[in-house]
Amino acid sequence: MIRVVLPAHLKTLAHVSGEVQLDVVGTPTQNSVIDALEARFPALLGTIRDPATQKRRTFIRFFACEEDLSHDSPDAPLPDDVIVGAEAFFVVGAMAGG
Amino acid sequence: MSGVRVLVGTRKGAFILTSDGKRDDWKVEGPLFAGWEVYHVKGSPVDENRIFASQSTGWFGQLIQRSDDGGATWQPVGNQFKYDGVPGTHQWYDGTPHPWEFARVWHLEPSLSDPDDVLAGVEDAALFRSTDGGENWAELSGLRTHGTGSSWQPGAGGMCLHTIIVSPKDPKRIFVAISSAGAFRSDDAGTSWRPINHGLHSEGIPDEDAEVGHCVHRIALHPSRPEVLFMQKHWDVMRSDNAGDSWVEVSGNLPSDFGFAIDVHAHEPETVYVVPITSDSQHFPPDGKLRVYRSRVGGNEWEPLTKGLPQANCYVDVLRDAMAVDSLDSCGVYFGTTGGQVYVSADAGDSWKPIVRDLPSVLSVEVQTLA
Repeated sequence: MIRVVLPAHLKTLAHVSGEVQLDVVGTPTQNSVIDALEARFPALLGTIRDPATQKRRTFIRFFACEEDLSHDSPDAPLPDDVIVGAEAFFVVGAMAGG
Repeated sequence: MSGVRVLVGTRKGAFILTSDGKRDDWKVEGPLFAGWEVYHVKGSPVDENRIFASQSTGWFGQLIQRSDDGGATWQPVGNQFKYDGVPGTHQWYDGTPHPWEFARVWHLEPSLSDPDDVLAGVEDAALFRSTDGGENWAELSGLRTHGTGSSWQPGAGGMCLHTIIVSPKDPKRIFVAISSAGAFRSDDAGTSWRPINHGLHSEGIPDEDAEVGHCVHRIALHPSRPEVLFMQKHWDVMRSDNAGDSWVEVSGNLPSDFGFAIDVHAHEPETVYVVPITSDSQHFPPDGKLRVYRSRVGGNEWEPLTKGLPQANCYVDVLRDAMAVDSLDSCGVYFGTTGGQVYVSADAGDSWKPIVRDLPSVLSVEVQTLA
């Protein structure tokens, strides 16, 4: 079970409050978690990754275990504490602009 | 009694303003999609309950929202705008080649006959069509690839396709306008395109009479006479009597011929409205006076319309998609400002009053005349 925390705008789009809990097939990675997220909440398609490139959007960051994972490989396994559900995977809207 | 529904897109959400045919008392609903930029909201001409909205931010990209109940509820539909084939490059501000990159949807144009059919004008400039209510989008790539695309350059607001008009008399005829490439026409439902900029004269480009490169801000027409086009160019108000084959300037006695918005009276094809703006470096009305100008003779002779509009210390702008008309017997004219005001005139411009004063900066205004 992967715990995902979304930014406010994406919670609104997905009609959720609080954390989202996802079952991810195989070893959880950034991409597989976002795949599972989009499958469960189609309204989020394209909001975290650019639909054309499938790359993380410029003003999106991925945090977990007090680390910025944004520049890790999107197909690298997530930290063990995220995989076992001890820590959440944070999708963060970068603080930029007004 | 019939009424109106005004659809307002702003920098921080959308708003729906409704009134009966008197247009005195208004109900204001919103913000919808709060915190997101809503470049455009427009209803289907054949199903007043179906409305499309373009919602975007720099953080989370583009969404298209659709309502099937007149704006009471909304659902996200398709947001995959994939350029056809290898998109290639256009010119960047410095003249170097720049890859075509999708940024946002500027304008949504629902079909005049089919509520599932809708066109979308996007940045970087291209035209997309959905025939399933916005679920799936396919590029009408003949526009971008017709031959001049690689020479197009963005305007200050980005390289956006912002105007889409389908001829009410011939659905195969489509007009579009791009900043800052110019105006284009298709006569085969969007398969092939050609520039229609003959007669435009733009001092800001190397060849002032070039085939493309003109910063067209908006085009409008009257449904009964779709071969007559009115254009607000960056500078100059223009008119074409031959579907864009040639243009003549009709700026006449305007205090400034710079501006963005232009529209045509619902029942008088020769009555045209513009909102003069001081200049491209001073995006506010001349002399701090917010004046709509009306020509009743198709241009050249313009009268200021000031009753009810601020005539001192007003320094707002009126953007290209922020003016619209209803089709009630006494034609209503509406416009929104970057200061968050939405004004209505229920008497074709003779007098004005604000519907709301303090919305976020207004990007677009559309009107549905309700049965």
